[in-house]
Amino acid sequence: MATSHLENKESDPALRVRALESILAEKGLIDPKALDALVDTYENKIGPRNGAKVVAKAWVDPEYKKRLMTDATAAIKELGYSGLQGEDMVVVENTANVHNVLVCTLCSCYPWPTLGLPPVWYKAAPYRARIVADPRGVLKEFGTEVPDTVEVRTWDSTAELRYLVLPERPPGTEKMTEAQLADLVTRDSMIGVTKAKSP
Amino acid sequence: MNGMHDLGGMHGLGPINPEKNEPVFHEKWEGRAFALFASTFVFAGYTVDEFRHAIEQMPPAHYLESSYYEHWMTAFETVLAKRGIVTREELDARIAKLKKGGN
Repeated sequence: MATSHLENKESDPALRVRALESILAEKGLIDPKALDALVDTYENKIGPRNGAKVVAKAWVDPEYKKRLMTDATAAIKELGYSGLQGEDMVVVENTANVHNVLVCTLCSCYPWPTLGLPPVWYKAAPYRARIVADPRGVLKEFGTEVPDTVEVRTWDSTAELRYLVLPERPPGTEKMTEAQLADLVTRDSMIGVTKAKSP
Repeated sequence: MNGMHDLGGMHGLGPINPEKNEPVFHEKWEGRAFALFASTFVFAGYTVDEFRHAIEQMPPAHYLESSYYEHWMTAFETVLAKRGIVTREELDARIAKLKKGGN
């Protein structure tokens, strides 16, 4: 490994990706331009702003919230978000009595259409190991104090089923518009490691 | 089946270290690896389950030391080799050629 780094500035995985891409392109199995488009989509178009719109709508529209809690996949699709890694969605609601938090202990399962691709810490060993054993301790590290009177529920995602946390609507936001509310909804609050921002 | 990937509850794996303003991809190759996943899916006809199983077959030490998209690359190479779409020999030969500055 060390030798190859000296021979070539490109890191090993970068070289392996380039080799695989060039072989597949040569065989006509992939179109590098289609790969460019996919990268652009997930870097610029699909991300937690989608999920934030779902949450803000649920905060202002009780009928929508009802649909979201009974058939999340369909309700999320109403806003135009569906597809790869969001085929079977369940929304879990934070209340004064329950705080929900998400993980994928076995891998990295995450709701792409609403949250985009997961951050490195979500996919890395320390979070996956500890959030199920000591959720309150982990939440504290993210600056989230959950009182002992509040139940903490940790949801382990699977290859098929993906969760999304519906954070509590922060106090003092009664007069805010749906768009303003969406700005309070962070990625971390929909994973459940933090709460929504205060205005 | 348990194994190194079954991390829930394990002790001693260190701090979580969330990154502020994290980019979607940290390096260009990660974006390419991600896009290859979505593309190879279609023609190679594998499922997420098979892909994950391939990741879970990684030697434990390599699994823990390598980054997430390296897990993906290992899984691609496994499923593509299994189907004879890209053999290990083909890939190794191309890597050697690229190292020498070829295309």
